[in-house]
Amino acid sequence: MSRLSDPLQSVKRIVAEAQVAQSESTIWPHRNLLGLESLSAAEIRLALDTAQAFEDVSTRSVKKVPALRGRVVVNLFYEDSTRTKTSFTLAAQRLSADIIDFSERTSSTSKGESLRDTVRNIEAMGVDIIICRHPAAGAPHLIARNVKCCVINAGDGRHEHPTQGLLDMYTIRQAKGKIAGLKVAIVGDVVNSRVARSNLFGLLKLGAEVTFVGPATLVPHGFEALGAKICHDFDSVIGQFDVINMLRIQKERISSSVFPSVQEYSRLFGLSNERMARAKPDVLVMHPGPINRGVEMSPEVADGQQSAVLRQVTNGLAVRMAVMFLCKQAAEGA
Amino acid sequence: MHVLLDDAGIQTTLGRMAREIAASIPPDCPIGVIGIRRRGDELARRLIPLLESCGVSDVAYGSLDITLYRDDLAEIGPAAVVRTTEINFDVAGYYLILVDDVIFTGRSIRAALDAIIDLGRPKSIRLAVLVDRGGRELPIQPDFVGLRTDAGDEHVTVSLRESNGVDRVDVES
Repeated sequence: MSRLSDPLQSVKRIVAEAQVAQSESTIWPHRNLLGLESLSAAEIRLALDTAQAFEDVSTRSVKKVPALRGRVVVNLFYEDSTRTKTSFTLAAQRLSADIIDFSERTSSTSKGESLRDTVRNIEAMGVDIIICRHPAAGAPHLIARNVKCCVINAGDGRHEHPTQGLLDMYTIRQAKGKIAGLKVAIVGDVVNSRVARSNLFGLLKLGAEVTFVGPATLVPHGFEALGAKICHDFDSVIGQFDVINMLRIQKERISSSVFPSVQEYSRLFGLSNERMARAKPDVLVMHPGPINRGVEMSPEVADGQQSAVLRQVTNGLAVRMAVMFLCKQAAEGA
Repeated sequence: MHVLLDDAGIQTTLGRMAREIAASIPPDCPIGVIGIRRRGDELARRLIPLLESCGVSDVAYGSLDITLYRDDLAEIGPAAVVRTTEINFDVAGYYLILVDDVIFTGRSIRAALDAIIDLGRPKSIRLAVLVDRGGRELPIQPDFVGLRTDAGDEHVTVSLRESNGVDRVDVES
């Protein structure tokens, strides 16, 4: 048996006991969270379970735990973002970490510095976690190959937005009690959406059925190869879904060739009151925000009983705390 | 390996601890037992009916997960599972009994005290442990002890019905 006088042995004993105690327990081996595509179903479940433990931190008298005290988190955002950045900032603060912002406009990137040099400089300041949003798919992966600290993808191009995917799944599980067997619609500009991809990868792993709904220009059949169902006629299928996740229509794409007019889109794919009346009575309506009211959904639907929009924002905090904690723990234990 | 406490031994020991705790309770003060996950919470739950049989009623119950308050994140590595803390009463003003299965270095208790104090300001906190095995690294001592043993570098294991199917305290070298 192990000798308790050796502190490392006693820790190993604690770990072994914890593993035995939780038969379904999984180890989170990842220093980085770059996407949901590479995670196992058990790892996704562990992230969601861990988020649950963090949920009540936001409701107690001291809204902070010392888990990441003395660690430094950097928000490295090459795209505008208010809510994701705020959510990560608050999550880091609730873990007692120090957090600094590093935005493109004020950085040396505008002076011609490469991404690789930028992140190596940031790391040299003693940073523990880099939260990265970048317009180029794969940028966080490039960063992760060049630094030893943790890298968390906060959205890369049209690729993945893993924490949004996790918080959507967390919200679904919270409302429905499960994910396996549910029918989930993701509606809108799927081809340009990293939220759609992260949701697809995660939801399929946990056993849900995912249908992408939208015009053929925005929902190409190529997604069938990833396991999604494709539908171009919302009205013919709306009654079968347990969850409807409405993607944001990006104004800059309106009036391009893929997108004739807002009115037409809204009439065919918007969640109007009339269309909502044909959905399942207990359907869960989600939106990653910010909502274009009257385009993706009517104000009544956005604020209605079935809407989980604000719960998604609240849950995002717990999910981001969990992800930062798990990645840092894996990095320090390695 | 030898058995320090068997099924009946644990029952008798908890009964005695409950009597000692009951005798210590100040008048007109709400009382709560808070167990440290895991096993401390199971022992805390068992103390409630024992306290009731000593005439102490309305005992609040909570379970505490201390993972986020540990000072050895780097050593635990990726395997520490964060569980929920469930304390559904306001600890302010309470006479709290913090319950754990074994006290060794004292570091878990340090973490638990920090965690409780972040929830509010109890009137006082007392510590009850089933086994004190010595080996403290911090100036923290239990107020109610089931069994004292100088385990040295031996391994003390508490098994409880709720999670292990059997009630027993073993020591192994």
